[in-house]
Amino acid sequence: MPTPAKRTGKSVSASVSTDAKRRNSVPLYLKVPEPPARPGESPDFSHLALSEAGAVRRPDTDVPAGEMRDLPYLLVRVLDDEGVACGPWSPNINPDVLRTGLRAMMLTRHFDDRMLRAQRQGKSTFYMQSTGEEAVAVASALALDAEDMFFPTYRQQGLYIARNYPLIDMMNQIYSNANDPLMGRQMPIMYSARTHNIFSLAGNLALHLNQAVGWAMASALSGDTKISAGWIGDGATAEGDFHAALVFAAVYHAPVIINIVNNQWAISSYQGIAGGDEAPFAARGIGYGLPALRVDGNDFLAVYAATQWAAERARANLGATLIELFTYRAEGHSTSDDPSRYRPSEEGPKWPLGDPIERLKTHLTKIGEWSDAQHGALNDELVKTVRDTQRQAEAIGTHGTGAGPSPKTMFDDVYKEPDWRMLRQRQEAGF
Amino acid sequence: MPTMNMIQALNSAMDVMLGRDPTVVIFGEDVGYFGGVFRATDGLQKTHGKTRCFDSPISEGGIVGAAIGMGVYGLRPVVEIQFADYIYPAIDQLVSTAARLRYRSAGEYWSPITVRSPYGGGIFGGQTHSQSPESLFTHVVGLKVVIPSTPYDAKGLLITSIEDDDPVIFLEPKRLYSGPFSGQTEGGVKQWSNHPASEVPEDYFRIPLEKASVVREGGDVTVLVYGTMVHVALAAAADSGVDAEVVDLRTLVPLDIETIENSVNKTGRCIIVHEATRTSGFGAELSAVVQERCFFKLETRIRRVTGWDTPYPHAFEWQYFPGPERVAAAMLEIMET
Repeated sequence: MPTPAKRTGKSVSASVSTDAKRRNSVPLYLKVPEPPARPGESPDFSHLALSEAGAVRRPDTDVPAGEMRDLPYLLVRVLDDEGVACGPWSPNINPDVLRTGLRAMMLTRHFDDRMLRAQRQGKSTFYMQSTGEEAVAVASALALDAEDMFFPTYRQQGLYIARNYPLIDMMNQIYSNANDPLMGRQMPIMYSARTHNIFSLAGNLALHLNQAVGWAMASALSGDTKISAGWIGDGATAEGDFHAALVFAAVYHAPVIINIVNNQWAISSYQGIAGGDEAPFAARGIGYGLPALRVDGNDFLAVYAATQWAAERARANLGATLIELFTYRAEGHSTSDDPSRYRPSEEGPKWPLGDPIERLKTHLTKIGEWSDAQHGALNDELVKTVRDTQRQAEAIGTHGTGAGPSPKTMFDDVYKEPDWRMLRQRQEAGF
Repeated sequence: MPTMNMIQALNSAMDVMLGRDPTVVIFGEDVGYFGGVFRATDGLQKTHGKTRCFDSPISEGGIVGAAIGMGVYGLRPVVEIQFADYIYPAIDQLVSTAARLRYRSAGEYWSPITVRSPYGGGIFGGQTHSQSPESLFTHVVGLKVVIPSTPYDAKGLLITSIEDDDPVIFLEPKRLYSGPFSGQTEGGVKQWSNHPASEVPEDYFRIPLEKASVVREGGDVTVLVYGTMVHVALAAAADSGVDAEVVDLRTLVPLDIETIENSVNKTGRCIIVHEATRTSGFGAELSAVVQERCFFKLETRIRRVTGWDTPYPHAFEWQYFPGPERVAAAMLEIMET
């Protein structure tokens, strides 16, 4: 041990207590959380707190947050195992909306499949799938207005697809080709879609949540009617910016919906590393006085209903809502990840809350609004749509084929107008 | 024309902008009802209403993050970080979003925020109320960095910064709030009222960014300065008798390279003075730029007079502060070479 008091000349050891009564009787130990199962072990879901479909109460949207502190510890579910919509959260949705949602989720999955394959073929540098999490994005998007502003993180491609952002623009961005709307400046999937009211993506986590809150504050202080919604992963809730976002959202009653997508895994760290074993992520809302819901994220109807409920509160000047969307990341974090190194490979297929596409399909079929034949036809149509769009995008160019934006454009948009440095350096670079 | 100190000039700039532009909104710690710990926003909430000027939680990351979101919505937020020493929790928001949003979205999104923050020493603030972190921001492309040295400049530059469509870090030399401090700690505190730059128009006016100001013309040596050091350099020139040309940069990014180049080419000598620590300080960049552009006109090596490479010590403030004696000594020394 160094002697901190060398310059004062005082003895430190003399003041240290030797009173045995003040000592701990047992040695301290540090808890390092571990997931219930690792590769080679059987998946174990016994720790999951799952409510029965239809079992959780639905407070009226004007009920104060303090009167619903039980909800973050429960799980709002609508669809039961047979595909029947149950309980007070069952939204009264037109089957057309359900079919639109099913279509967008299926399209998202096909898009993911093709873009993953394109990355493996060397046509792009990177990709991230959202397999199993399609409802989290698509149901939220359809429950909100086109004018509402979205601040997603990187695994909500379903938002763009649900809002009919052109697939070709997404692909052009992924390929960094000559028609890349972001001119080759962003790695694949870091879209920006102002025309569709979706914010620019970044790899820095949690920052955009404060921005979503600020955007909502701006809407409120301008007397506007629009609200905003943000998405953040379970892992990133550990960032200080998440805390700041909740404080600001609560203090100013910002008309914002804060979605935590708990897909159980942050790259290789299971949700317990972010604190999920100590309390549900939704329960973090309680300390801020925010209404908070924990929702089955693989249940299209539950996500839709919860989003609608939160939006109604926000639009009535009742402020922000925190929603934990409980789901499972069925594939790796990204094309740079290998989940077989840290979790059992059967964990995904055995996820007790099923697959969002299958569950909505079963429900639609159950209520007589869908059939296997329709499903098959839609599937074929979407496969063709994605394949045709991919051909068009690849005809424009893929990564590294030289058919990209001119490198001289890399000096644009650093500022609204370039200063002498950009101009001089562009010249120096030979453009 | 009314006489204003720097606080009054800043207050006037924000008052004018709140009146002119309904998208301007001001918030930060203690800035609302109370009017800020340095009184820069005094009375603004009363005049313009609670949603135009309000208090925020003690969360610099939250303040800047919310401001960015408001900017994306279409507002022009002006936020106060109570001391530049406390800006670090906001660095991620500034570097990773504010600075790069326009670029990463290929011009789809931008956020025209202004981040005001008192900086620098001279008030016995110790190591947590005295720092000069400007070079952390000049290093980040996409941010602009503005530092006024007089009430007149403070108002004109702040208005231009608020109207600028890029994010601006607006650092206010807090020791200059009440008077033109030149580092002379004896003989009473000088007030702005006797200084010509305390005459500030009550109405709207702009001072362009990227325009340095030659505050003293001279033929012997160019002194590149900003903030409090402008007044220190002027005092040093008077004390030493050296005919120094004192260039107040006013805006570090974008930098008025032309004025710098012309001056150094004329004098052939260059001294850079800043209060921030020396290593990787903005003086390092200035030194490199001057060397690159004026090498064949330089009579001698460039000198830097700066804060020492230590934290800002409370009880040794004047031994740390690069005051007029050190600057005058550098002027005399450079003239011998």
